[in-house]
Amino acid sequence: MERNNMKAWLYLLPAILFLGAFLVYPLIDVFIYSFEEGYNSASQTYHGVGLYNYSYVLHDPYFLQAVKNTFILVIFTVPISTGLALLISAGLNSIKKLKELFQTVFFLPYVTNTLAVGLVFMILFKKTPYSDGLMNLILGLFGMGPVDFIDGPYWAKMFVLCFYTVWVVMPFKILILTSALASVKQDYYNAAKIDGTSRLRTFTRITLPMISPSLFYLIITGFIGAFKAYSDAVALFGTNLNAAEMNTIVGYVYDMLYGNSGGYPSYASAAAIILFSIVLTITCINLLISRKHVHYS
Amino acid sequence: MTRPTDFETIEKKARLRSRSIKTVTYALLAIWAIVVLFPFYWMLLTSVKSYSAYSSEYVPKFYTLAPTFQNYVDAFTTVPLADYFLNTVIFTVATTAMMLVVTVLAAFAFARLDFRGKDLAFTLFLALMMIPSELVIITNFVTITDLELRNTFMGLILPSVTSVFYIYLLRENFAQIPDELYYAAKVDGTSDLKYLTKVMIPICRPTIITITILKVIECWNSYVWPRLITDEEAYFLVSNGIQEIRENGFGRENIPAMMAAVVVISVPLIIIFLIFHKKIMEGVARGGTKG
Repeated sequence: MERNNMKAWLYLLPAILFLGAFLVYPLIDVFIYSFEEGYNSASQTYHGVGLYNYSYVLHDPYFLQAVKNTFILVIFTVPISTGLALLISAGLNSIKKLKELFQTVFFLPYVTNTLAVGLVFMILFKKTPYSDGLMNLILGLFGMGPVDFIDGPYWAKMFVLCFYTVWVVMPFKILILTSALASVKQDYYNAAKIDGTSRLRTFTRITLPMISPSLFYLIITGFIGAFKAYSDAVALFGTNLNAAEMNTIVGYVYDMLYGNSGGYPSYASAAAIILFSIVLTITCINLLISRKHVHYS
Repeated sequence: MTRPTDFETIEKKARLRSRSIKTVTYALLAIWAIVVLFPFYWMLLTSVKSYSAYSSEYVPKFYTLAPTFQNYVDAFTTVPLADYFLNTVIFTVATTAMMLVVTVLAAFAFARLDFRGKDLAFTLFLALMMIPSELVIITNFVTITDLELRNTFMGLILPSVTSVFYIYLLRENFAQIPDELYYAAKVDGTSDLKYLTKVMIPICRPTIITITILKVIECWNSYVWPRLITDEEAYFLVSNGIQEIRENGFGRENIPAMMAAVVVISVPLIIIFLIFHKKIMEGVARGGTKG
């Protein structure tokens, strides 16, 4: 094949321009912003270089609240959604009738607008002067008092946020796990059956090791996704998340950039870099653990 | 004296056991299906309840005997829902079209052409996939603000165009086309561009369709970037529109009208999903993640 250097770069030019302007340059710039002290976005000047932005962010009570919320969200939603998805995928894989219908239905939340459906969840959980809302009605059947899940106590709000997050992330997990389970060779199961292996043992000794790469992929992406949670919270509690005590780290970044307390790209950058140091650390820990437990064939 | 093993009872027991496991499985799947579908049912139901009927129900009803379409009329007349809709269509079509051009050209260069630094360039491209959008959005916001592109379609579209993942996906597909076709076309004096449009794109149409649908979904649901870059209602997309409706539209209590707006916004994607669900699920399984 003849070399056509010029022509090839010409074909790549649009991609390089877009990626350079909106992905590479911003990545470098965000580090620079985070070290520029007292940056003024109107005059584009700053008066020093240092770690002040980081220290400001780390002492900001709103940021600490956001970190707390994000960690709670991650700790609850990642194990619950992964476990539930595993259970449902195993169920899906063991049936023949209606399998495709169930699969299609389960995938539906993936394509819907997070903001729009969040509004429905808000209505289901909200307690207003006119009505206690559907969820409270159900709680009432079990003899529990009405709770305002949207403007009420912290843990009630956190519960709705976790519930909605799980609802939103399930389709992707079910999809990946179902195809992983379907790709396990039937031979292994047949062999186990001949030996009279119990279901539980078959599951822990055959199924889990065979799907462990997909499972760990989901856990890692699940952690990353949950740390970046934001739109779900907005959908449920509105744009003023600080007032609702439901802000997330990403929400804090955006608020710093624009919004009620906005106009501070330096603080936003520092917060974003702190977030991604956390994500990177957790991902590395995950990878280290996975090395011990994941079987790549 | 032992009784001979009664195979029939054992078999019966086993059958009963497997049947009860099956029942539990179906029950579990049905429960999750209800959890998934119920919000959709509720939004449809609420959207056809009249405002007065809705507000008078202290205990919400699971059905309505007097459905009304007044809420849909309200959704289009009281708030500029049609404008939000149109903006989103323009944004989605323009972004997706530009993405396709950029992606096809880049994938072609990586799959078909030979040039110095190709391997290095491709590795660098792949490395870009790991950059989280939350990091780069800060500078992009400042860039677009400085270019005075806030509240313009340009400002909305430009940073949303490229997705490295799609370039990668299409390159893999392009690379599967046998070289012989290319040489045959060369012998016939076909130009590279013509070969790309007449041979490669038609062969790889399934992948291109998948990429297109995934991008359309992404655009239709995008919220964060439009929220940062637009504060004039004239440029709101549906996600921002719904947030605006929630905070300032209809009045906080007119939930049926709100739900009508939610239905209108959700329907296009649900239709696309019902038509293309196989392609969408396949595409997502090949490596798409949400957000």
